[in-house]
Amino acid sequence: MKLVTAIVKPATLDAIRTGLDRLGVLGMTVGEVRGYGRQKGHTEVYRGAGVSVDYVAKVRIDVLTETSVVDDVVATIVENARSGRIGDGKVWVTSVDSVVRVRTGERDSDAL
Amino acid sequence: MDSGNTAWVLTSAALVMLMTPGLAFFYGGMVRSKSVLNMIMMSLGSMGVVGILWVLFGYSMAFGDDVGLGLLGDPLEYFGLNGLWSPDSLSGDIPTLAFVGFQAMFAIITVALISGAVADRIRFGPWLFFAGLWALVVYFPVAHWVFAFSDEESGVVGGWIANTLGAIDFAGGTAVHINAGAAALALALVLGRRRGWPQEPMRPHNLPMVVLGAALLWFGWFGFNAGSALAADGAAALVLVNTLVATGSAMLAWLLVERIRDKHATTLGAASGIVAGLVAITPAGSSVSPLGAIAVGLVSGALCALAVGLKYRFRYDDSLDVVGVHLVGGLVGTLLIGFFGDGSTPAGVDGLFFGGGLELLGVQAVGAIAVLAYSFVLSLLLALLVKAVVGLRVPPEAEDAGVDESEHAEGAYEFAGFAVSRVARQSGSAGTTTASTATTALTANPDSPAYEGSKQ
Repeated sequence: MKLVTAIVKPATLDAIRTGLDRLGVLGMTVGEVRGYGRQKGHTEVYRGAGVSVDYVAKVRIDVLTETSVVDDVVATIVENARSGRIGDGKVWVTSVDSVVRVRTGERDSDAL
Repeated sequence: MDSGNTAWVLTSAALVMLMTPGLAFFYGGMVRSKSVLNMIMMSLGSMGVVGILWVLFGYSMAFGDDVGLGLLGDPLEYFGLNGLWSPDSLSGDIPTLAFVGFQAMFAIITVALISGAVADRIRFGPWLFFAGLWALVVYFPVAHWVFAFSDEESGVVGGWIANTLGAIDFAGGTAVHINAGAAALALALVLGRRRGWPQEPMRPHNLPMVVLGAALLWFGWFGFNAGSALAADGAAALVLVNTLVATGSAMLAWLLVERIRDKHATTLGAASGIVAGLVAITPAGSSVSPLGAIAVGLVSGALCALAVGLKYRFRYDDSLDVVGVHLVGGLVGTLLIGFFGDGSTPAGVDGLFFGGGLELLGVQAVGAIAVLAYSFVLSLLLALLVKAVVGLRVPPEAEDAGVDESEHAEGAYEFAGFAVSRVARQSGSAGTTTASTATTALTANPDSPAYEGSKQ
């Protein structure tokens, strides 16, 4: 089992979800996050005083998947998140030792 | 000069002025949080641009002596309001400038109304450019058609709808609402849909703000409608009462449609119904009885509640339903005079239900369709012109991030304080600012939030 984590532009979330739905992905965890990569931030101005907003608003997606489909999941996310402009984000994969569904106690693949 | 009438018109001018900030809140609450400042700024921008143009040419083009066929007032007759401040200068029995100021507020809010159709995606500079052009080419002439009555005594000739056609538009159902609604449709078509519309939900970010705006609009509208009597008299009182009950009944009708269609009566529906009722009673305020006003409100509230769905059917992105509320509501109010017109009211004409026949309805329809057609065609041409000369839309990435950030370099709300990390040194425009380190000596305004943040 793998955990796919993606940091993407908020506007791409809908397209990513639609793509993952087609793959049969049954769930995801989404959070509003802030951070910076090469995009750095933007500057706002209040009565002439500049303010640097260094941490850019992004969306973080976490998806647990079977190892067999992880490449498809990553490809789908990348394809839907890409605008070709700076700040499109990153996707990474980590191995998962075990998963438990809280309600039933099912483990691992049954819990996905 | 009548001091009572003057006091009422001056007060009404102030009431109508408050409608535009009210509209800014009404529209601002309806957009997403990343666009609220831009939405407000479009209304504020109209107050600046149109207010100045009104003094320069607007009053003269609307209320100057006709240059021919009732189409336009002489633009130079009162250029800069030349001489109108003399104590002898009267409009009826009030000082001319009281009337000028009162009518200025109408011009301002009519332009601001259009902005609801172009939320989230229009650049601020081109909006101001369009606003000024539109006021000159569309609003001022149409205000002349509808509001400029001929004065036999002084030999001043007015506009064709008011005099030749004789259509009734008490406070601007055609000149303000049909006019702005048709322009909104044209501008929205030229600008194109928002990214993600209609698939993505675009939820109003602050409904209490929408209600605050609707409340300010309703309050100001008493000046808009009852002030249009230009006198503190029985006509003004009837119009005030009609403005109360038509609005209440439109709100209830809108809610009833929602309850039947969507299972719930909503706050946004109440606020929208309020505006639909205000729009419809605007032309009809002096020509229907209070019972007639309730009928006008019921029809307008129900029809506008249904009309806001048209944009999904025809796939045009009139973001905040300027067409569905103002164009449709303006048409409803203008045409219903032909049915509910009551000869015992100040306007003194009988509609179909009061034995007046179909003639009045026909006259009302001609006035409404003429304004609609002129406004739509000219607005389309002006929008294409502005698009060709300076462009209209923000780039896609700016639309995603939000027009507040891209157009105004501000954010409406402090969502994540930790994200604002440093005071930036200004080097020209905000877009090219280079951030300095946190240890940089502050040269900024000590009142600014940035300064406060840096002291912690």
